[in-house]
Amino acid sequence: MERREFLKLTAASGLLIAADALPAQASGAKELPPDAVGLLYDATLCIGCKACMVSCKQVNSQKGGALWSEGMTAPPYEFAGGAQIWDAPTDLSGKSVNIIQLYRSGSGTAKDDPSGYSFVKRQCMHCVHPACVSACPVSAMKKDPRTGIVTYDKDACIGCRYCQVACPWNIPRFEWDQAFPQIRKCQLCRHREEGKYSACAEACPVGATIYGKTADLRTEAARRLALPAGSSTRYPLGRVDSGRFVESKVARYEQHAYGLHEVGGAQCFVLAGVPFDKLGLPQLPEGAFAAKSETIQHTLYKGMIAPGILLAGLLFAAYRSSQDHE
Amino acid sequence: MKCTACQEVDSGGTLGSGLSRRDFMKVCTAAAVYLGLDASFGAQIAEAAAAKRLPVVWISGQECTGCTETLLRATHPTLEHLILDLISLDYHETLLSGAGKQAEEALEAAMKAGGYVMVAEGAFPTKDGGVYCKVGGKPIVDILAEAGKHAAACIAIGSCSSWGGMPSASPNPTEARGAGEVLKMKGVNIPVMNIPGCPPNPYNFLSAVLYFVTFGKLPDLDDKGRPKFAYSRLIHENCERRPHFDAGRFAEKFGDDGHNQGYCLYKLGCKGPETYNNCSTLTFGDVGAGSWPVGMGAPCFGCSEQGVGFTVPLHSPARLVNVTPPAFFSPIDGAKGGGVTAGAAAVAAAVVGAAVGAGLATSKKVGEVEEGKGK
Repeated sequence: MERREFLKLTAASGLLIAADALPAQASGAKELPPDAVGLLYDATLCIGCKACMVSCKQVNSQKGGALWSEGMTAPPYEFAGGAQIWDAPTDLSGKSVNIIQLYRSGSGTAKDDPSGYSFVKRQCMHCVHPACVSACPVSAMKKDPRTGIVTYDKDACIGCRYCQVACPWNIPRFEWDQAFPQIRKCQLCRHREEGKYSACAEACPVGATIYGKTADLRTEAARRLALPAGSSTRYPLGRVDSGRFVESKVARYEQHAYGLHEVGGAQCFVLAGVPFDKLGLPQLPEGAFAAKSETIQHTLYKGMIAPGILLAGLLFAAYRSSQDHE
Repeated sequence: MKCTACQEVDSGGTLGSGLSRRDFMKVCTAAAVYLGLDASFGAQIAEAAAAKRLPVVWISGQECTGCTETLLRATHPTLEHLILDLISLDYHETLLSGAGKQAEEALEAAMKAGGYVMVAEGAFPTKDGGVYCKVGGKPIVDILAEAGKHAAACIAIGSCSSWGGMPSASPNPTEARGAGEVLKMKGVNIPVMNIPGCPPNPYNFLSAVLYFVTFGKLPDLDDKGRPKFAYSRLIHENCERRPHFDAGRFAEKFGDDGHNQGYCLYKLGCKGPETYNNCSTLTFGDVGAGSWPVGMGAPCFGCSEQGVGFTVPLHSPARLVNVTPPAFFSPIDGAKGGGVTAGAAAVAAAVVGAAVGAGLATSKKVGEVEEGKGK
């Protein structure tokens, strides 16, 4: 190779690398997609009946669901035994992507009281700026540009489980007991046909979980927080805009909709009468973790300048060292 | 008065009217157990019941006779044993053999004697001086008040009599009220016990009556005047379908797969979670398990609970009263593995130690070889 040709090639590849790095520079806070959808879970309405868990498992075990795999004959029950009917998950897992858990303290008799008990629903929060998507090295985790649903593609996944480590709520779970494992997480029942929505919200008999556009859910959450405790109001059933209601007494709310600001905001929210950190929902900073890490990464690699300088320095050091040797 | 139709073949000594001693003891022991008393109280109840038949006057207001019908279906004791051996039913419009003036005379005679238990069945209309329900030309509210004055206690049988029940359903055109409320309005102060239900289980009534016969007072009552032995627990708490509720399995529609498999009826509007009664444990009609509404696949209507039955639409979801979460509910921070055991730590330390040792030995050997080469 001639010297001239070598220089041309080097310049071209340098440009390519720089060009590749350029689009990723746009980091910082991400915006909520226009048609973003999510869930609003209100612990003060929840009766702990687990209808959502049963419905979730059934619906997501259908073709294309978050728990579905080729050739499966029954939903993946936990502790199923021979009869394949007993489902009693104790936590989110490769077999359960939605769970109702119980906080209990003291006598555990007063509902939605810090010294009593409260239910809490755990499932993917569908962050506006998801850390799992940011951490995924192969784009198996993606955020739908229209609905904002954080999706998973098993065919792209390499099983590194970075998403598990990255998620501030420990939501994605790995199928440790499978020969060909996948990551399992709530994908808001995106596999269901048009007109159907999240199975958990559909099954909830008391409107504790409702599905809808994130913007509408934000409005609904703000409305509930403004209601005086002890008054009576109509809570929507199923979807926030279903037009079906259930009349209930308003409980005392913690004055915050969890998920509104945490780590850059989410598309799903939780309302409760018990401090959120007691419900396994830790206090988190407002900025997205992903935004921070992406800013650091993208600054370091901006235009490949810093790595270029580092490489040049190393080459120079190596060159000088070899000169000394001679 | 002697009942010839109900004569039984007596194996042992009889009590004079056909009930064998053995059967009589069985009835009293069963009543003691229903009351939550020790079975040994059966003897005490038997003694009290045999000593003196308690006079009972039965006043019927706005009713469907369902509460009388429920008593007719009791088998231990049967109605005839009850009214001929255990109590003395002095006045009851449906069961009285006499009629008209003769019947009213029986009531007057009972009132003159006094000291009876007054059973009130049906609601009592209070609008326009109570003209919407009359017996013998007199408003029933006045008869109730008059009979109440001479009574030792009042037992309000059925929801109508307890708190107004069906006749008091909105818009309540006759301003129907329960017996206890009407007695209070009329200034009659006697102890009142409510046995709500539509109809109530006859054994709740019979047990309470036998308790009164034995101990001369009403059993422990709750804040709504209901005997605690029968009405202190929610139907939901002891429901045979409760495990399905706890596991999230619900019938979504009548006749669907879940309904056929006996799943929880909460989503069909079952009011068990807000209704205090013992239907789920006592069942009806002495025909075995499952003979109660929820057992049959019909959601509980909340018939015995004021503000639920005849008030809330049948298929609207119930408000859960102090739902106690089951013990096996997964906690927020469930156990996630058992941490490191001493054995595991020792094995890991041994492996690491061996690796480090091997590394040191190898590097030493390599050094020796290189030194040898250098020479």
